[in-house]
Amino acid sequence: MSLFLELFISFFQIGLCSFGGGYAALPLIQNQVVDVRGWLTLTELADMITISQMTPGPIAINSATFVGTRLSGIPGAVVATLGCVTPSCIIVLTLAYIYYKYKNLSIMQGVLSGLRPAVVALIANAGLSILIMSLFKSEVFSLNLSDINLLSVGIIACCLVALMKFKKNPILVMSCAGIGGLILYFAGIIV
Amino acid sequence: MKATPETFFKLFTSTFMLSAFTVGGGYVIVPLMRKKFVEELGWIDQEEMLDLVAIGQSSPGPIAVNTSILVGYRIAGIPGAFVSMLGTVLPPLIIITIISFFYMAFKESRAVAAVLWAMRAGVAAVILDVVIRMGYDVIKKKKALPICIMLGAFVAATLLKINVVLVIVACGVIGAVTHTLSLRKEGEAK
Repeated sequence: MSLFLELFISFFQIGLCSFGGGYAALPLIQNQVVDVRGWLTLTELADMITISQMTPGPIAINSATFVGTRLSGIPGAVVATLGCVTPSCIIVLTLAYIYYKYKNLSIMQGVLSGLRPAVVALIANAGLSILIMSLFKSEVFSLNLSDINLLSVGIIACCLVALMKFKKNPILVMSCAGIGGLILYFAGIIV
Repeated sequence: MKATPETFFKLFTSTFMLSAFTVGGGYVIVPLMRKKFVEELGWIDQEEMLDLVAIGQSSPGPIAVNTSILVGYRIAGIPGAFVSMLGTVLPPLIIITIISFFYMAFKESRAVAAVLWAMRAGVAAVILDVVIRMGYDVIKKKKALPICIMLGAFVAATLLKINVVLVIVACGVIGAVTHTLSLRKEGEAK
């Protein structure tokens, strides 16, 4: 199967199955791009999320563009983005047609009531692998406490306090973390 | 309202500018769209806009893209939908393409690696924060079914490694069935 077709199909699935926007697409992106296709490593995915956070646009579109560009340049980016928005176009336009005809979406409310809690769990699942990756020196979970990177623990704890207690903007928090990393690098603490 | 070439131009520039300058995804851009199309341009009334947002949020895919398709469709039919979708998708497409070329060039640098490493820890914290907030919202309603779905989905995806798409479809079906049953019960009670 050609790469363009694979790109289109993968991002079509991501577009089709991500309900709720924002982070809801994350588990699907990780599943397709890292686990199924192996187009990005988990590290690269985390970098992509970082970039996504700081730039405009939905994370699904950003990741489609990022993966597409890396695999086959601008045509790849366009194909992956198209795949990502095609399900939206079809479903949303169909629903809009029905809405203007019947203005009744009870069954959709039911579907949503089942999806909302599931989406939380799936985001937790995707977040967990990123958390493990940044806590440990390797990508696998380890019970050996000496494998835990204490600097990461410190950064995550500081960020959590800034986010939850002081309600700081995520972009600001991540930028500060980045500056912290740069300082640690120039201080010679991390190489 | 009759769609003129100026309508399409205005639709494109509005969605393009909104998309280009809104960091933070659907939950930020949707209120801004409402401001633009309801308050500034007066193309859609308040009530209808709320319905469009609800449809956009309950459909799969990015909320910003869905909502802009709906707004475009409302204003100028299918062509309008494509024009506003293009306006919404182009800014991230252009920006990320440029950045990903830089990413490949900078990835080798040790200093950039240090920054990215620290920011990855930041991302983990951001996601943790989102999960705690959203999970708390589900738990505080004290309804058994959503809590069971949440825990069940977590076990299925994390421990049993069941395909994410399958988990989503299963939970959607459970929601639709229980919702329909409870509506029927209410109907019988009356």
